[in-house]
Amino acid sequence: MIGANGAGKSTLLRTIAGLHRPVAGTIQLDGSDITHLPAHRRVAAGIVMVPEGRRLFPSLSLEENLKLGSTRSRSGAWDLDRVYQLFPWMAERRGGPTVHLSGGEQQAVAIGRALMANPRILLLDELSLGLAPAVVQRLYDMLPALLATGMSILLVEQDVTQALRVSDWAHCLLEGRIMLSGRPRDLASTEVEAAYFGLSKRAVGGGG
Amino acid sequence: MVWVNAIVQGILLGGLYALFACGLSLMFGVMRVVNLAHGDFAVLATYLALAIITGLDVPVLWSALVVAPLFGMVGYLVQRFIIQRSLDVSPVTTLLVTFGLSIVIQNGLLEGLSANSQSLPSGSLASASFQVNSQLSIGYESVIVFAVAVVVLVCLQLFLSRARLGREVRAAADDQEAATIVGVNVRHVYGVTAAIAFATVALAGVAFGMYSSFNPAAGPQRLIFAFEAVVIGGVGSLWGTLAGGIILGLAQVLGSQVDTSFGVLAGHLVFLIVLALRPNGLIPARLS
Repeated sequence: MIGANGAGKSTLLRTIAGLHRPVAGTIQLDGSDITHLPAHRRVAAGIVMVPEGRRLFPSLSLEENLKLGSTRSRSGAWDLDRVYQLFPWMAERRGGPTVHLSGGEQQAVAIGRALMANPRILLLDELSLGLAPAVVQRLYDMLPALLATGMSILLVEQDVTQALRVSDWAHCLLEGRIMLSGRPRDLASTEVEAAYFGLSKRAVGGGG
Repeated sequence: MVWVNAIVQGILLGGLYALFACGLSLMFGVMRVVNLAHGDFAVLATYLALAIITGLDVPVLWSALVVAPLFGMVGYLVQRFIIQRSLDVSPVTTLLVTFGLSIVIQNGLLEGLSANSQSLPSGSLASASFQVNSQLSIGYESVIVFAVAVVVLVCLQLFLSRARLGREVRAAADDQEAATIVGVNVRHVYGVTAAIAFATVALAGVAFGMYSSFNPAAGPQRLIFAFEAVVIGGVGSLWGTLAGGIILGLAQVLGSQVDTSFGVLAGHLVFLIVLALRPNGLIPARLS
């Protein structure tokens, strides 16, 4: 899900996670209506979000943050050991606080915390926000491995190139509406640009 | 020896204040709720204990075993059905609602039970004491209250740091929304927090009743002591609340040693001094 600032990407993600009620329409998961399911029970249904800004719990240790992710865990492969396999550095610092970690490390803890719930759909909100490009690259390189375990990922991202590189399907959001959808390889960059900035196709063609 | 006696009494009185204040501290620390009816719920618990003691003819300590769990349930329901609804509106609404609860409880008690001062018949316990030497004796009652306060605070600390539900409480206190999206039922967690707070208020209410007489209007003045203990110790810190309670108790007892009418004022002065010099309290900390 790509789009400019204020396009409604995060709002969409937060609505799917249950933090906002939709004004109209329904949210369905595998054909069942979850529009009125409270946010904490959507976790049990398999919808788990990694929020913008990580939102770790400062008074909890790293491991307690991860354990909290399994509050309403579905059964599945992900547990503490598996998360520590994915991020080996965490095991050594499990008892410490998370506030001293770097931004990239905090983002990894936030992802680990979400994985502990064994999500069917992982919602990633602005994964790259405030992180160094090399760190962002490492987090993105990890995504195919997560997808291989059978979960789906809905990624919200302002960094269009990065997002299109890893996704099977892309939507471009503008002022709350989807302007463009398709497989990234089928989307021309001028098309994406027009949808992203809200320019009509003619304007893009005419303006160069 | 007079001063040693005063110091011992002050510390023991501090245990009562800590027991009474920890619920206030907990509710503020976790949900940012300032429960203005805190003192009145304590008075309500005292009256309930009185009814149980006279009605069933049981000792005062037994009544606490009934009143505390009962108040736990009351706390859960009050949180879920009254305070939560006001929290959903705004923090100011919460203040008004708990203020309203305070008035309702005071006037309900006044209407039903008259304005007469009452006291809990604590039987032989009231006069029994350790005789340390000819000048220093320590009442069983105040030692029991102090011990209960310490046990309650230790249990609360262990619950928050070790138990799964305690972890959820700390998470909800840190970031309500983030707790929701990891699957914590924040409203339930708030209810549990209020249940714990109310159970401790009930214990404190029974203890107050053992210490002194009470009437339907006694709540707000006690609430001030709880506020002072919490602020002196540091908001949201349980050990700080114990320290704050002890400092307040010491100030009051030592103050009244100087002049009988100076006790409560001395407590207020210490509170003001701490507020001026250490506005975050002596042990400022989160719940962990």
